[in-house]
Amino acid sequence: MSVMTYRDAVASALREALDQDERVFLMGEDIGPYGGAFAVTKGFTEQYGKKRIKDSPLAESVIVGAGVGAAMAGLRPVVELMTINFSLLAMDQIVNHAAKIRYMSGGQFSIPLMIRTVTGGGASVGATHSSSFEGWYASVPGLTVVTPSTPRDVIGLFRSCRELNDPVLFVEHILLYGTRGEAPDNSDFRVPIGRADVRREGTDITLCGYSRMALIAEQAAEILAREGIDADVIDLRTLRPLDMETVFASVKKTHRALMVEETTRLGGFAGELAAQIQEETFDYLDAPVGRVAGAEVPMPYSFPLEQLAIPNAQTVANAARKIVNKL
Amino acid sequence: MLKADVPDLTKSDLLGFYRQMKLIREFERESERQYTRGNIKGFLHVYNGEEAIAVGAINTLRPDDYIVTHYRDHGQALARGMSSNEVMAELMGKATGCSRGKGGSMHLFSSKLNFMGGYAIVGGQLCIAAGIGLAIQYREADQVVLCFFGDGAVNEGEFHEAMNLAAIWQLPVIFFCEHNLYGMGASSKETLVMWDSLHEMAAAYGMSRYEVDGNDVLEVRALMQKINAEVRAGKGPAFVVARTYRLRGHSVADPANYRAEDEVRYWTGQDPIPRFRDWLTDEGIATVEDFDEIDAGVDEEIVVAAEFGESSPWPQPEDLYYGVYTDRPTEGIPV
Repeated sequence: MSVMTYRDAVASALREALDQDERVFLMGEDIGPYGGAFAVTKGFTEQYGKKRIKDSPLAESVIVGAGVGAAMAGLRPVVELMTINFSLLAMDQIVNHAAKIRYMSGGQFSIPLMIRTVTGGGASVGATHSSSFEGWYASVPGLTVVTPSTPRDVIGLFRSCRELNDPVLFVEHILLYGTRGEAPDNSDFRVPIGRADVRREGTDITLCGYSRMALIAEQAAEILAREGIDADVIDLRTLRPLDMETVFASVKKTHRALMVEETTRLGGFAGELAAQIQEETFDYLDAPVGRVAGAEVPMPYSFPLEQLAIPNAQTVANAARKIVNKL
Repeated sequence: MLKADVPDLTKSDLLGFYRQMKLIREFERESERQYTRGNIKGFLHVYNGEEAIAVGAINTLRPDDYIVTHYRDHGQALARGMSSNEVMAELMGKATGCSRGKGGSMHLFSSKLNFMGGYAIVGGQLCIAAGIGLAIQYREADQVVLCFFGDGAVNEGEFHEAMNLAAIWQLPVIFFCEHNLYGMGASSKETLVMWDSLHEMAAAYGMSRYEVDGNDVLEVRALMQKINAEVRAGKGPAFVVARTYRLRGHSVADPANYRAEDEVRYWTGQDPIPRFRDWLTDEGIATVEDFDEIDAGVDEEIVVAAEFGESSPWPQPEDLYYGVYTDRPTEGIPV
């Protein structure tokens, strides 16, 4: 194991793909000499050249659409949408084409396309740059949606995604690039797609989230532990396919559950999780399944307001405490 | 054009073009009949009147070239060599259809013919065509991509995104606009500022641009031969506008009563099939007997296709989950 940043983990996964597979090329806005909006592809053009590191026009629809076409013709593109907010400009290509072509061609054409993008709020970049839309994409059959929260999972999931022949939305979090963690040195290491990670074992309540919110849930569990409440913390890691078995097993043990997510509650992904939990483990539950979600507002720019709009360890711990105290 | 202008074409080649055009026309007539009988559901967009484009353009391609097209795609599929059986079966949603009944009329695909699909979100296929062009360039191959779309697609933002990308990277894509004067029911005269000099839009991308009589199969073919050679030689993308007309409505549900009678009369007189038949007769290439023989063969093929479609099995319930992902079924996975 070596320690690296989340940013370096993404860069190293990309380098590995470029080194191992001639069919892999990168395409996106400012990924070339600029080095990527989040400095992930710094030095890539110098190392791999312009043929494989394609700086594209500001044109999200053709970035994804051309990725789809190149994948149909036998390449394995890794395209970058600078943030998930901009993915709305490419949503037709992602949802109507990347996700559906395999099915509507009767299985004749696979789309081995990786779409990297960046989600999340908390970076003081305002309402149009702070959304968390990955839950929407998780509702689309044909897509695989992964949301790594650690350098280890970035590397392990990226490798697994490369081995798929289908389109993947690889969702990185804007606030995690500078975080550090252990990463595997073993080139055989994989994180299986559709397998949640139990980040902490406990018996009193299940806290479940993904991406940065899984880490927030873990911090909340530390607060709760000091009060004698022992929480199970689950990082879903992939939203489609979704590993509910791990969640059900946890809830059967703890009898209480709190879902944590960054986006708004109405229509959010946590609602789906809560629905599945009550369908499968109703008889085990000692309290209603709870949700902590983002405020029902466009993300405010002003720092104190933005902090109020995003769940944090304290708000998660408060919600968990209420559920545990409900007998 | 005279026979002497196409010395490379034999009588058999020329009658082959006639047969393909006739096949497309009769296929569409049959598909309308089958729609009326309830054997074809949903949307059905027929190609009547535009046959010279598919036949003239596609016959200039190599088997390893690529085609990407729009939802009015039966004509291109047949011209590329998809059998009328598998296209008709697809329209009927049968398991024997070219897309196993999963795509329908608007989503015909054939990987073995490099027929990369009919697309029904207007303009989206231009981006996919650019990507296929990118793959060709990446592999340093000499194939071309022929991408069909209508004049309605020019108003989509993806037209600009794809044209600019193809031009800036010099991708081997032929953007082929079937300019039939209508985007669904809206006249291009009222929706597209450059409607009467549409090919000139490509000037903004520094792209080679051409306009052609889309109802003249030999003119379309001649132009496409020239363009193919240039694009194949690495001279970058090209933009072609073929002037044509939909002889039927947008879909079979559309009586097209928004069109002026004299306009319809004019274009009916430009019908590419009688025009080509007259030319073949006037040039002394074919006789009434030749046409009768071909027409009878086409009629027979259409009868067979309709029977094939009707007698083919439906997809099985387990097919519902086939093909969403490559290596994993979705059934049973709680996603």
